[in-house]
Amino acid sequence: MRLTYPTSIRIVRVPCTGKVDVGHLLRAIEKGADGVYVVGCKEGECHYKKGNFRARKRVEQAKKILASIGSDEGRVEMYNLSSSDAPLFVKYAGEMDAKIRNLGPNPLKKKNRRAA
Amino acid sequence: MIVADKKPVEEIIEYVKDHSKILVLGCNECVTVCEAGGKKEVGILASTLRMYFANQGRDAAVDERTLERQCDHEYLEEIRDIADQYDAIVSIACGVGIQFTAEKYLSIPVYPGVNTCFLGVTEQRGLWTERCQACGNCILAYTGGICPVSRCAKRILNGPCGGSSKGTCEISKDLDCAWQLIIDRLKAIDRLDLYEKMFPIKDWSTDRAGGPRKVVREDVQI
Amino acid sequence: MSAKTPSKLEKIMAAGHLGVTSECGPPRGSDPDTIREKAELLRGYVDAVNVTDNQTSVVRTSSLATCIHLKLMGIEPVLQMVTRDRNRIALQSDILGAASFDIFNLLCLSGDHQSFGDNPQGQNVHDLDSMQLVWTARKMRDEGKFLGGADIKRPPQMFVGAAANPFADPFEIRVPRLAKKIEAGAEFIQTQCIYNLDKFELWVKQAQDRGLTEKTYIMAGVTPFKSAGMAKYMKNRVPGMDVPDDVVKRMSDTPKEKQAEEGVNICIETIQRLKELDGVKGFHIMAIEWEEMVPDIVKRAGLYPRPEID
Repeated sequence: MRLTYPTSIRIVRVPCTGKVDVGHLLRAIEKGADGVYVVGCKEGECHYKKGNFRARKRVEQAKKILASIGSDEGRVEMYNLSSSDAPLFVKYAGEMDAKIRNLGPNPLKKKNRRAA
Repeated sequence: MIVADKKPVEEIIEYVKDHSKILVLGCNECVTVCEAGGKKEVGILASTLRMYFANQGRDAAVDERTLERQCDHEYLEEIRDIADQYDAIVSIACGVGIQFTAEKYLSIPVYPGVNTCFLGVTEQRGLWTERCQACGNCILAYTGGICPVSRCAKRILNGPCGGSSKGTCEISKDLDCAWQLIIDRLKAIDRLDLYEKMFPIKDWSTDRAGGPRKVVREDVQI
Repeated sequence: MSAKTPSKLEKIMAAGHLGVTSECGPPRGSDPDTIREKAELLRGYVDAVNVTDNQTSVVRTSSLATCIHLKLMGIEPVLQMVTRDRNRIALQSDILGAASFDIFNLLCLSGDHQSFGDNPQGQNVHDLDSMQLVWTARKMRDEGKFLGGADIKRPPQMFVGAAANPFADPFEIRVPRLAKKIEAGAEFIQTQCIYNLDKFELWVKQAQDRGLTEKTYIMAGVTPFKSAGMAKYMKNRVPGMDVPDDVVKRMSDTPKEKQAEEGVNICIETIQRLKELDGVKGFHIMAIEWEEMVPDIVKRAGLYPRPEID
């Protein structure tokens, strides 16, 4: 299966999505990423039992914070899939890529550059 | 520990929106444990504020620092050299730390980033409940180790009131009736005899009623 | 028990008659006529009228002021005082104020939590609890002293009572708690509304076994249901209330237009059954916003005419 996904996506590997914190998500946006999404195991199939549920809560929290300062909460998302399900991984990658393209570039990127 | 809860970001933004050099100051003690004011929360709040200013097109710096404690001189002194760089500090320590920071850095505005709630325990992750109101005159010996001052909504010393129903308080079915707990506990330690005596009128002068309190211990003073 | 105060209520029960009280909730406004009209409905049918103190934590005309209106009309008031809103300074002060108008009955309560009322964001005081207020009032009367220790010129002459809820949990300490209230100085006890008669009778029996019914006058509380809806509300929503299913069923099986009548019937049957109980020395009829029914209930329950005592 030589499947391809958009080149816009950079993968950051973590041992479990439960390791991802609100701070990581916010920092990615703050530093200029156009979007950041967490891909966890299917709900109920976490090797550490609740890691992916924790991740989902943190994604929700990050969305709330972004909304509270007038940023687009859609730039942060969470997806769940089985680790062997490559076609679904590709489908979600495409979805997220399209969604972010639709939102346009992260305005913070420009502002950061101007400030620097 | 002292339990605090996050303030809404909007409220913090309202305090700091006109400043341009801000220090978000956390504390490694109680507020770290209750996940309201430790290093992690400092990072989140600082990042949020930086993005807010960027969205507004404002050129503001928001730095991060977390001290071992904000309720002791020596730790607060650690920012002595850098404090002057800032035109505002947002402290997310408890109300004690916020005030001590303000006392020490007289010319810098210090804003609270949390609401300080009570003295309590971690019942489970994400659930903290009150145990003590620091009334200054502990009566736990007579109440089976369960405090009616902090855990009864009417701080009744001769309870339970008529609103106790199936072990819960009249104000909420999610709240244990302190007196039900006291009676269960007295039964368990075979001291229901303690319940039979009327608890006399309490001296509240050691509570906040007596004015700001002080503990002076000459034996440990240098 | 012999009477120790000028209270008519105390004298009637001391003489061996069943005492009868009812209640009058002060208005949400300052019109004295509403107080007088309500009280007038009760004149002659009860020995004393309880005046509630900001019940359910909703702001109303003060209990003390309303008691004074009643007193001036020649109707004997029972001043209810809750410990929620006043500290020990204000409580002692209001007891003296009441005494200055020769108000002879006092009922001490802790009061519903303020979260039930129209000022849920307010502070509560609870400097004393209801038991400690009983103790304070008795000290003021019997020793003629303030809590601070100073002498009172013309101490209050009050018949001091407390409330008891035989149905609150845990049941096993309900009688010990009554014993504590009596030890604190409660000379009469008005109970929570009784619908579960078996449980109430068990409570009275346990109190009797401890000799408590000889130390205090227990007045059984009754409240007529106006409708099946009220019965359900009392069962499900009012903290510490015990309304058995068969009572609710009896109300809801009654056609709507006859429900009020049935509610009164239940109330009268309750009084008639409890009259036979040695430990019960009187009745407290709480006809909530239905004062006009009280004369009928008193008459049909065989409690009329009221005894004359000087």
